[in-house]
Amino acid sequence: MSSVSSVSETTLLRGGTVVDASGSRRADVLVGTDGNIEAVGDGLSGDRVIDAGDCIVSPGFVDLHTHLREPGKEEAETIETGSRGGALGGFTALVAMPNTTPPMDSVGVVRDVIELGKTALTDIIPSAAITIGRAGAELAPMAELAELGVRIFTDDGTGVQDDLLMKRALEYSVGLAPFTGGASVALAQHCEVDSLSAGTFMHEGEWSSRLGIPGQPSEAEDLMVMRDIALSRSTGARVHFQHLSTAGAVALVRAAKAEGLPVTAEATTHHFTLTDAACASFDTVFKVHPPLRSDSDVAAVKAGLLDGTIDAIATDHAPHCAHDKEQPFDAAPPGMIGLETALALALTELELPVEKVVGLMSWQPAKIAGIDDIHGGPIEAGRPANITVFDPNEAWTIVGSSFASKSSNCPYEGHEVRGKVRHTIVAGEAVVIDQEAMR
Amino acid sequence: MSPKHLLSIDDLGRDWIEEILRLTDSFAEVSARPIPKVPALRGKNIAWLFYEDSTRTRLSFETAAKRLSADTMNFSVSSSSVNKGESLRDTCLTISAMGVDAIVVRHKSAGVPWQIAKWIDASIINAGDGWHQHPTQALLDCYTLTQKFGSLDGRHIAIVGDIKHSRVARSDIAAFTALGAEVTIVAPQTLMPPSLEGWNCKVSHDLDAVLPTVDAVYLLRMQLERQQEALVPSLREYTAGYGLTDERLEHLGANTLIMHPGPMNRGVEISQKAADDPRSAVTQQVANGVSVRMAVLFLLLGNNGSDSHPNAPRPNDQGPNEGIL
Repeated sequence: MSSVSSVSETTLLRGGTVVDASGSRRADVLVGTDGNIEAVGDGLSGDRVIDAGDCIVSPGFVDLHTHLREPGKEEAETIETGSRGGALGGFTALVAMPNTTPPMDSVGVVRDVIELGKTALTDIIPSAAITIGRAGAELAPMAELAELGVRIFTDDGTGVQDDLLMKRALEYSVGLAPFTGGASVALAQHCEVDSLSAGTFMHEGEWSSRLGIPGQPSEAEDLMVMRDIALSRSTGARVHFQHLSTAGAVALVRAAKAEGLPVTAEATTHHFTLTDAACASFDTVFKVHPPLRSDSDVAAVKAGLLDGTIDAIATDHAPHCAHDKEQPFDAAPPGMIGLETALALALTELELPVEKVVGLMSWQPAKIAGIDDIHGGPIEAGRPANITVFDPNEAWTIVGSSFASKSSNCPYEGHEVRGKVRHTIVAGEAVVIDQEAMR
Repeated sequence: MSPKHLLSIDDLGRDWIEEILRLTDSFAEVSARPIPKVPALRGKNIAWLFYEDSTRTRLSFETAAKRLSADTMNFSVSSSSVNKGESLRDTCLTISAMGVDAIVVRHKSAGVPWQIAKWIDASIINAGDGWHQHPTQALLDCYTLTQKFGSLDGRHIAIVGDIKHSRVARSDIAAFTALGAEVTIVAPQTLMPPSLEGWNCKVSHDLDAVLPTVDAVYLLRMQLERQQEALVPSLREYTAGYGLTDERLEHLGANTLIMHPGPMNRGVEISQKAADDPRSAVTQQVANGVSVRMAVLFLLLGNNGSDSHPNAPRPNDQGPNEGIL
């Protein structure tokens, strides 16, 4: 599924600071014509030279949570446009969420997405639904899908409500090694208990009470996290918690990890940068699932990112057409775009060294997605050349309409941030040079 | 500058609320005339955009506009392009393109008046948005209370019932307290908002303890579906705990005002006897609604900005029969 294209000349990334899981050092990076890194060192030369001065040269970012809307909602985003935004945001791989139309719950649809992904600017890593139609009633053909390369199963957009069905799915996932060549798969859960979240449009608390908008209590998330931790304990299966948004959920995952359970977690940029107070504008750009929560939840998510409870920063990039968002707050679809702002928000809002931020965006999510052989790997000769070059200090102002995404539902309009992707190399091809997509 | 929109009581503050109440006095006098009509808003065009059923608020606004000689555009969701799938924004742009000075909007979704105010230039008057705000109801309630008590400073008002789902309660609490009253909300915990942080009121679950201390008791409509949502075990149990029953009526002070925004569920939140008691201000509230809405329309549309400061000469300074009135 790698978008290997023929590259006729070598590319030298000159003068940057290389950051990968082993640390940071000054070095030039030579990208060969075979899609791999040819050499790392001082004073290298290449056919084409790209300036990486003042920049970090890191393994490409991996987004565990991207809605590419294809098939079914191509007016909001396509695999091509989404991947262009991803590349501009420094991502070299995007895990495509399965809530498409039709949903990615069968070999046919997943194969289509893989095919479409071959011409994308980044690698497109398909996830697949846990249940048929994401309806929570019957298991999707997980073994067939695993054989096709799927390593993350999720009904994202909704959680698997039925306790027994979730237990069965986890049990079944443990035995999929024959279909994956030995690799493990993870079941990724969108944690919302329907009976507590149905008919709610924002976080339940001070602001929902004041604004008269039905609110979703934190327990809607906490209870499903609690259940899935129990199910991971009993089945031994890997559970990945998507977009953690509550202090309670972060604490539960922290305890589960301390216990040694095979659980991982992601947090979105918006859940560590925005609160439910933003909904007071009734601007539907702030409507999202799980909802923006309170100050203390934001603090807990940040703490989780700092102490390693949360393994990855994800975007939950969810494009929507302007006319769909221009509805009353309760009627508008939830979601916000995020591929081109994630790095800057992480660098600006988290008090973390740049090496930690890169880990949260690169090798840690790559491992969860089971693609750490291709993405997130060390910057060294012989490794696949999936590389991001970014200036951690460049200050810029966010303008939603300037992004490559087909949609512009960006909640950070006018925010001043720092950190900008300059170049992105995917499988040896420079798909972004000097902040411009090459195709 | 007078406010452009009336979206929320919070936008007004004490000065503007008091200004509206003063204007209401003038317009109550107009309403009492044999021919209750003045040319104050002649040539102004007002559209009604009611996405949710309403009898009293809509009729009250229409009457107010007619008495001010405004032109009005009726919009009925059931017979409009909304049924053909037209979006809220396009409907508003369409109405706006016809030349409209104000849109009076009611919608089941909180925040819709704020959204419309961003989309078009006209003055927006919130006639009720979801559970959020109903500012003209609060203003007419304030007027009704001041008719009885003069100033609200130091008065104690209980608002009883389904606070959680009530736009009337949210607006009333803000308006009553802005005028100096003390408010206690009384309801089972399930009908309280999930958080009361920042709410300027006291909270009680004991109506019998609160009633002897109040100058007015404001009963909210108890919707029948709350029982299905398990918010109360039964309406009978609700009435026993929180209804203004015949028994509670007997212990009510002689000067305590009984209020209700309507429509009433007689026998649920208010007994037949309480609804028809001489202390009940329910029909007075409706009558005041017309005068208050005349005042609101006049404040937003009738003045030309500079002379409309609260301390500026008021319309009735010239005597209601002169000038614009």
